[in-house]
Amino acid sequence: MIDELLFFMEVLVGGLLAGTMYSLVALGFVLIFKASATFNFSQGAMVFFSVLAFCGFMQDFNIPFVLAFILAAFLMVIVGLCTERLVLRPLMNASEDTVLMATIGLGYVLEGLAQAAWGVEVRRLDLGIGDFPVPWIADNLKLFISALDITAGLVAAIMIIGLFLLFKYTKIGLGLRAVADDAGAASSIGIPLKHIMLLVWSAAGVVALVAGMMWGARAGVQFALVDLALKALPVLIIGGFSSIPGAIVGGLIIGATEKILEVYIGPFFGGAIEGWAPYVLAIFFLLYRPEGLFGEKIIRRV
Amino acid sequence: MKPVFMTYAKKDLINLAICMVLSVIIIPTFIKTEYWYTSILIPWLCLALATIGQQIVMGYTGQLALGAAGFMAAGAFAMFNLILRVPELGFIGSLAVSGLIAAAFGILFGLPSLKVRGIYLMVATLASQFFIIWMIDKFGWFKNYDSSGIITAQDIVILGKPFTTPLAMYFVCLAVTAVLTLLAMNMARGSTGRNWMAVRDMDIAAESMGVSLLKTKVQAFAISAFYCGVAGALFAFCYLKSLEPVAFDIKLSFKILFMCILGGLGTINGAFIGAAFILLFPVLLNSVGNNVFHGAIDATIISSIEQVIFGLLMIIFMIYEPLGMAKLWENLKQKFSSKLTSSNIKNLKSSLSKKF
Repeated sequence: MIDELLFFMEVLVGGLLAGTMYSLVALGFVLIFKASATFNFSQGAMVFFSVLAFCGFMQDFNIPFVLAFILAAFLMVIVGLCTERLVLRPLMNASEDTVLMATIGLGYVLEGLAQAAWGVEVRRLDLGIGDFPVPWIADNLKLFISALDITAGLVAAIMIIGLFLLFKYTKIGLGLRAVADDAGAASSIGIPLKHIMLLVWSAAGVVALVAGMMWGARAGVQFALVDLALKALPVLIIGGFSSIPGAIVGGLIIGATEKILEVYIGPFFGGAIEGWAPYVLAIFFLLYRPEGLFGEKIIRRV
Repeated sequence: MKPVFMTYAKKDLINLAICMVLSVIIIPTFIKTEYWYTSILIPWLCLALATIGQQIVMGYTGQLALGAAGFMAAGAFAMFNLILRVPELGFIGSLAVSGLIAAAFGILFGLPSLKVRGIYLMVATLASQFFIIWMIDKFGWFKNYDSSGIITAQDIVILGKPFTTPLAMYFVCLAVTAVLTLLAMNMARGSTGRNWMAVRDMDIAAESMGVSLLKTKVQAFAISAFYCGVAGALFAFCYLKSLEPVAFDIKLSFKILFMCILGGLGTINGAFIGAAFILLFPVLLNSVGNNVFHGAIDATIISSIEQVIFGLLMIIFMIYEPLGMAKLWENLKQKFSSKLTSSNIKNLKSSLSKKF
């Protein structure tokens, strides 16, 4: 009995921590959605692009870790700048769906560029944190929890707190919230829309880089990261598109349920149900609470 | 805007005749190399058919869906099982039934469209993509307990005659595509299509005018999935000649989405233009890479470049011509015809300006 409970705890904690990885990807989506009501489908490609660039700087040019991180982050700022200038501004008055499709195109561009510049082979990324159970926890609590999972959880927590403080207590954060509420009104009272957009896209780029580093350390830096990032979509639906806490809670829910379903129900169906279980969970949420757990209720008028 | 024909105008019949002559007489007489049939014409027809399916749900009904490849897989494996287990149905019968099976999946996964739209719906349809592929992969019955993962498709036999040469398969695809395309055009121009477009342009207004959202959306999803299912069956039996779930992964769904959008949302000929472009452009790029640079550029680099160009085109079209290549073609035609009759139009304009 106690063993079963411990095993359940282990599955649950493992799932929750893995869920924070989804949260990290989802966070990038939320940042952009919050400030511009644009759904950035290329966030997954940004994760792939940024971490591949980071690996490229570190492994091909032998640039030290910190400098490579700064360079990759700077590259993401440039990507954000170009996106704002070349994609979003011309589409300022286009419909949501049009912008969404354009960001799908942007994702293709980023994936292609990353592969053209740094090759298609799987790269190993060693952050110095092992993806194996922490001995101390294994000995004392009898739970096998990976060090990488714990690090990802910590990093996610730090980023959330940082972003939360930024949104809540700084002038920039106030501007961001104003733009999110009504871009036209915000620009008419002198909030520089361009700078805000640039800031948001850069922040999303850096978040993508961090998320990519966590994922890359676990699964290798490869194209499959883009597909993994798709799983951030159900996370967003469950958490709500415009809520940072929602991204976290959604990630935790998805991470925990998919692990629990996989371990306890998966064997009856031949396993590998984590591939679609999050999406089906998202459908149920859509049917009963379309705005997500933390999202604002969208009221559409004719 | 596209003119509306409730019945067939002379222009339609002429277009149909030209297409038929081109595809039935000219192509078979002039193209002799097998490569053209097996690698270009057959996949083009199959993918164009799937793109019409995507058009119905996305271009005409305005529902963002991203699961075409899932429905194609459903159609392909339904076809395999029907031929294997119910041989009395025959090829055409199995094709129709496998389309219907795909349509059933379409209805099931189209139901969330009643509640949500845009990106939300896209996620719901992604569920269908992953679920269908997983289901086929995990339950051995669908693959007839074949453990190799790749199953060879049965030969096509219609009324006792085998259709196994590339040319014969081309005709099979052509016949199916032609019939379904005509049907799609009819639907798009008739009341069915009017309802779809009403829902696309403003769903609440459509509903208040008596268009049932439930019926229209579910119908669109069902018909779209039917087209994708038939296309998937043809794709597996005429082009791949094998069945493997991996062939119908999310990448194919994105490809069909691109064909649909670049070709031109809400047009049937856009489906054909888009499919041709997405299919032919990599071929062109590869031959440029081989002939101009003599293989100096790595194949992976070329495929990355191809991806960048598709993405850029997507962005450019969204900014400058959201209606895609079909609209460009329309504009070109109009320019051409207006040049021919520019004097007439000038007269007309002057008379109009006098009047008003």
